[in-house]
Amino acid sequence: MEATLPILILAIPLFMFLLLGLLGNKMSHKMAGILGTAGMGVTLVLAYITAFTYFFSGNPDFVSAEGQHLQYVVFNVDWLQFYKDLVIRIGFLLDPISALLLVVITTISFMVHLYSNGYMRDHHGVYERGFQRFYAFLALFSFSMLGLVVATNIFQMYIFWELVGASSYLLIGFYYIKPSAVSASKKAFIVTRFADLGFLIGILILSYYTGTFNFTDLTSSAVADSSNVFAVNIATSEHIRNIFASSAAPVFMGGSVLTWALVLIFMGGMGKSAMLPLHIWLPDAMEGPTPVSALIHAATMVVAGVYLVARLFPLYLMEETALVIITVVGAITAFYAAMVACTQVDIKRVLAFSTISQIAFMMVSLGVARPEIHEGLGYMASMFHLFTHAMFKALLFLGAGALIHAIGSNDYTEMHGLRKYMPITHITFLIGCLAIAGIIPFSGFFSKDEILSSCMGYNWVAYVWMSLVAGLTAFYMFRLYFLIFWWKEHPVREGHHAPHDQPWTMSVPLIFLAAVSVVAGFVPFGNLVSWNGEPYDFMKHFNWNVATVSLVVAIIGIGIAMVMYRKENPLPDKMQRAFPALWRWCFHRFYWDELYQFITHKIIFARVCRPIAWFDRHVIDGTMDGFAIVTNKVSWAIRGLQSGRVQMYVWIYLIGALLLGTVTAVCLL
Amino acid sequence: MIYYLVPALIMFCCGVYGFVTRKNMIAMLISLELMLNAVDINFVVFNRYLYPQAMEGMMFTLFAIAIAAAETAVAIAIIINAYRSIKNVDVTDFNKMKE
Repeated sequence: MEATLPILILAIPLFMFLLLGLLGNKMSHKMAGILGTAGMGVTLVLAYITAFTYFFSGNPDFVSAEGQHLQYVVFNVDWLQFYKDLVIRIGFLLDPISALLLVVITTISFMVHLYSNGYMRDHHGVYERGFQRFYAFLALFSFSMLGLVVATNIFQMYIFWELVGASSYLLIGFYYIKPSAVSASKKAFIVTRFADLGFLIGILILSYYTGTFNFTDLTSSAVADSSNVFAVNIATSEHIRNIFASSAAPVFMGGSVLTWALVLIFMGGMGKSAMLPLHIWLPDAMEGPTPVSALIHAATMVVAGVYLVARLFPLYLMEETALVIITVVGAITAFYAAMVACTQVDIKRVLAFSTISQIAFMMVSLGVARPEIHEGLGYMASMFHLFTHAMFKALLFLGAGALIHAIGSNDYTEMHGLRKYMPITHITFLIGCLAIAGIIPFSGFFSKDEILSSCMGYNWVAYVWMSLVAGLTAFYMFRLYFLIFWWKEHPVREGHHAPHDQPWTMSVPLIFLAAVSVVAGFVPFGNLVSWNGEPYDFMKHFNWNVATVSLVVAIIGIGIAMVMYRKENPLPDKMQRAFPALWRWCFHRFYWDELYQFITHKIIFARVCRPIAWFDRHVIDGTMDGFAIVTNKVSWAIRGLQSGRVQMYVWIYLIGALLLGTVTAVCLL
Repeated sequence: MIYYLVPALIMFCCGVYGFVTRKNMIAMLISLELMLNAVDINFVVFNRYLYPQAMEGMMFTLFAIAIAAAETAVAIAIIINAYRSIKNVDVTDFNKMKE
């Protein structure tokens, strides 16, 4: 494959960023919006061409004779050479998951670009301040995210990983006049940076022992007749494990060094993907404009952690402990976030916690994936869920954006009974809810069902637990749906227009994503993505019992939500009063933020930072000040010698010279 | 040799004496020139009597005379400027720079 197309996929968003960032203020708002959207549209077409060529062209570089999808390095150039063994490269790796993510990112990004043309204006069509800046940052984010998924080596991934973090920071803090937005952006940046510390240490451990950054060297082996075609090969990962096992210190604090490296790398993923206990930034990140939440904090950036684990999956297979940790963290997070989502009032927060919960589903799915359990169904299911979730969650967020735009508030208490006023939003939102709840034939049903099947194969505890979370998902999503669109008649306030549907720029993305959410489940996903690239017949592992049970659980969840919230009734209040403690804990998100506040302020700041600050101010600064004061004093004492009387100097000089001469003479004689 | 060195020594001592006692800067400059010339004489004398075949002392003297001329020009310029600012060439009045 020519390198032109892949380079353009990265270059166009970067160019748009520079163009809109530097010259945005020179052009009109409308122009900036059209340019940004058009740039992303071109990228979308190129990414589709690339992905379709990869999957369907049958080129022997992409698919082996046995039908295995191969990893194709389009280009890989030396970027930073420290010395001959330590080279950091920038490249473009095409394999099933990167092709999949190219499609997901460009689709969602294009929809969000289009949607923002309508969203970032008020009801009179006046553009918001910083509209061009908004598009510039969107382009920067798209560039960084695309660079992340096509990374050929773990260090390139880390660089772009930080870039997406930075663009997320910029976009969360887009309304920088609002103090809450500023602190939310800082929180997001600091929490994910803290997680990335672990990621970096993990990278360093891994590359120190293996001597390579390249994914292809860690998980794959070269196909004989080509230098840039690789196939996933479990033997390579076994070799890596043996390198670790035969190293000088194979065990560190009770775990093998490889486990430590993998868990630390997963920690980076935990930060980005908002897994417990590093999830606290994501709900606050909803301070950003809603299209940003749809793009970054629902569909693309937050799944980077899942993508990272999937990328290194053959290595994770080597260490059972790391996979168990991923499973446990994912399972707890999924349940926690689902519980919290049941009580939130702000509709974007409900969606944020739902995102956390769904990403945790993907993590669990990766954690329970084993080649011996349904031939690694979990890996495929995780990627499938990533794909479908990106579509329906972006849909839900954009729908929420339409509601917020129409109502002017984030709380469902201001909405209620909107179904008559906003029919397009109502139908598309309902489709999104059905998809996330897992109702056949919407896309979420298929992906979630596969996740549950692979949990079933792992052990029954995981299966029951995740089914429970799936039921909760259906409940809280339909609670939200009924509270927004039903509950009671919408009170049209005096002097206000009734809420109405949005301009076409906002409707088109909603309708498109809704259509995708309906049909995406029928994509023959197993043929395209599997843990080792071999085509995978998931119908062979399709379990009708699991499907029926999950469907029943989802319908029960929806049924409860319908009984409680379809019409205004006192049942929710009664429930709240029946379990006051549980409700309060859920509503306050189990006090995680308060816990962090306590740890940072009361313990770290008060017990560690303040003494260090005192030491700095009084001992280190004091020493320096002491030098200065002593010098000052001495110079005041001797300034009388600088009388300015030249002849006095000459006298002193003469006497000194004579004395020196005398002393020298005496010494010599 | 001594007949040359003693006058040079006397010249040098006169220069030192003049430099530390006179208050007029022009006079001080003249004293400075006296000292320089005494040193020049010493150079020439030592060169002539100790190393008659070498020429370094002579050359050095010529060099020092050239430098002295340049230095005198600079000094005169400074003195003229100083005179313009305080209308005086008394060295004891030039002590304002210490502040």
